Amino acid sequence: MAEFLQFLFSGLTVGAIYALVAIGFTLIYNASDVVNFAQGEFVMLGGMTTVFLGYAGVPLPLATIFAILATTAVGFALYRLAIATAHEADAVTLIIITIGASIFIRGAAEIVFDKRFHSLPPLFSSDPIRIGGAAILPQSLVVLAGALIILLLLWGFIERTLFGKAVIATSANRIAARLVGINTQIIVGACFAAAAAIGAIAGILVTPITLTSYNVGTLLALKGFASAMLGGIGSATGAVVGGILLGLLEALAAGYVSASYKDAVAFLVILAVLFAMPQGLFGKAKVERV
Amino acid sequence: MRPVDRFRGLAQHRLFSLVPLAVVILLMPLMFTSAYYYRVAALVFIFAIAALGLNLLMGFAGQVSLGHAGFMGIGAYSVAIGPTHLGISPLPSFVLGAMVSMLVAIVVGRPILRLKGHYLAVATLGFGVLLAIAFTNEANWTGGPDGMTVRHLTLLGRPLRGAEPWYWISATTFLVGAAFALNLIESPTGRALRGIHDSEIATRMLGVDVAGKKLMIFVVAAVYASVAGSYLALLNSYITPDVSGFLRSIELVAMVVLGGMGSISGSLVGAAVLVILPQALALFHDYEHMMLGLIVMGVMIFLRRGIVPSVAAAFAQRRE
Repeated sequence: MAEFLQFLFSGLTVGAIYALVAIGFTLIYNASDVVNFAQGEFVMLGGMTTVFLGYAGVPLPLATIFAILATTAVGFALYRLAIATAHEADAVTLIIITIGASIFIRGAAEIVFDKRFHSLPPLFSSDPIRIGGAAILPQSLVVLAGALIILLLLWGFIERTLFGKAVIATSANRIAARLVGINTQIIVGACFAAAAAIGAIAGILVTPITLTSYNVGTLLALKGFASAMLGGIGSATGAVVGGILLGLLEALAAGYVSASYKDAVAFLVILAVLFAMPQGLFGKAKVERV
Repeated sequence: MRPVDRFRGLAQHRLFSLVPLAVVILLMPLMFTSAYYYRVAALVFIFAIAALGLNLLMGFAGQVSLGHAGFMGIGAYSVAIGPTHLGISPLPSFVLGAMVSMLVAIVVGRPILRLKGHYLAVATLGFGVLLAIAFTNEANWTGGPDGMTVRHLTLLGRPLRGAEPWYWISATTFLVGAAFALNLIESPTGRALRGIHDSEIATRMLGVDVAGKKLMIFVVAAVYASVAGSYLALLNSYITPDVSGFLRSIELVAMVVLGGMGSISGSLVGAAVLVILPQALALFHDYEHMMLGLIVMGVMIFLRRGIVPSVAAAFAQRRE
């Protein structure tokens, strides 16, 4: 039982990060139909920028804020310079553009930062808390709380503000949204910026636990994409559930089956789910976009 | 029939478009000053073979695969494992690899091809990642993440060492593969595939076995990739799980899209760009990846239909 609880804790922590990556995916996909494979790079940028600003002597709270702002700017630049310039290109072309962007960002990080692994001090102590025989790092609770706050804020913003309503309208039908006077360019740009900010925060939160380096983004983008698909692409609930589920599955597989096959189990489950439910867990029927 | 007419008839044959390419293949080695050139050229044709297969699937049938390097892995590890562990000599191992790829494609293709759009993308991605994980973890068979050496292929009693024989083999194979692809496109199957690309429902209404055709082209694409994977392993005499990794799959998709979806010569151009570019950019050392990312983005933004179709359209416009 203690063992199970332990796997549960680590699965939830990782799952929260996957969920944040997946929600970024969903935000961008809904607003613009773009599957953004550079989403993982935002997570990397958040962690690495904070680390290196810290090295440069900037106090960590300030470094954190600056890292989030810088990543947000990168997200907006990705939209403005690449996606908007290539507007109305087909889905696969847009995917390749975001992959090109992720190679570029990784290459730039290699030069601006370095190729080593880095960590950040945890927000509270690094002594694990014991619960029912299992240990949980205080930072894991920070990650979970952080993810919850971000999701609630995002939900409140989308549901309760005029700007949020414009985002929903843009996701539903871009042309119709333009007809009622919504500047969809600004909305889509804002979604890219928000997705980047969410990614950066996720990166900063998780770095004390998993460490970070210039190339952590690829696998995170892969897992985030898989989570979003598992839940059903375009569904925010699906993204969160898919992320948590994927994290839990990985942790349980690593614990009970084999650590080296943990990624395999996750993907096997995704294949199985898709075969049984070709639209993902929460996806709507129809939509063929590639 | 006058000889001129006969030539004209020949020139209109669809396979005639391959003649200039064959001439280039024959003449290009005149410019090669070292084995390094043969090696890079062989790599271009090897990746072009895999990209060509994927292009049939993506460009003509409109089905995306983000796990196609998985089949390259099957081909590569067949020629590695066969001779080392099973006592099968390299040539039969190569054929066996293609057959295994075919079988896997049939078994996996059936359920996967029912999915559409991004769901198909993630399922194929999962398939590729699973194979890469298996190659990494089954260290007893594959040598794990460090990879394993591959024995030379012996043809007519001579072991094929170095890059030169592989240049000729891969270039010839590409020509054969392209001829097959051109014939396939003009066949009833090819027309059905293009129909699926335009409208799956309409094609089904015409009585086409859509699922069967999709599966067929998936199997063909798998065999192309498997052959390319085997060649790659035999050329390098060494293989690591990277051959079937996610980045390799993405690279193959990028080759197809960069060169031009649905363009046979586009597959070759896309492969050439993505194989030669990193070699050339190695001069820039640290800036290599940044430049690669920038160029990929730039080409996709400004020549979004791919290099070959965009350039062809530009020429056609000027002529008018």
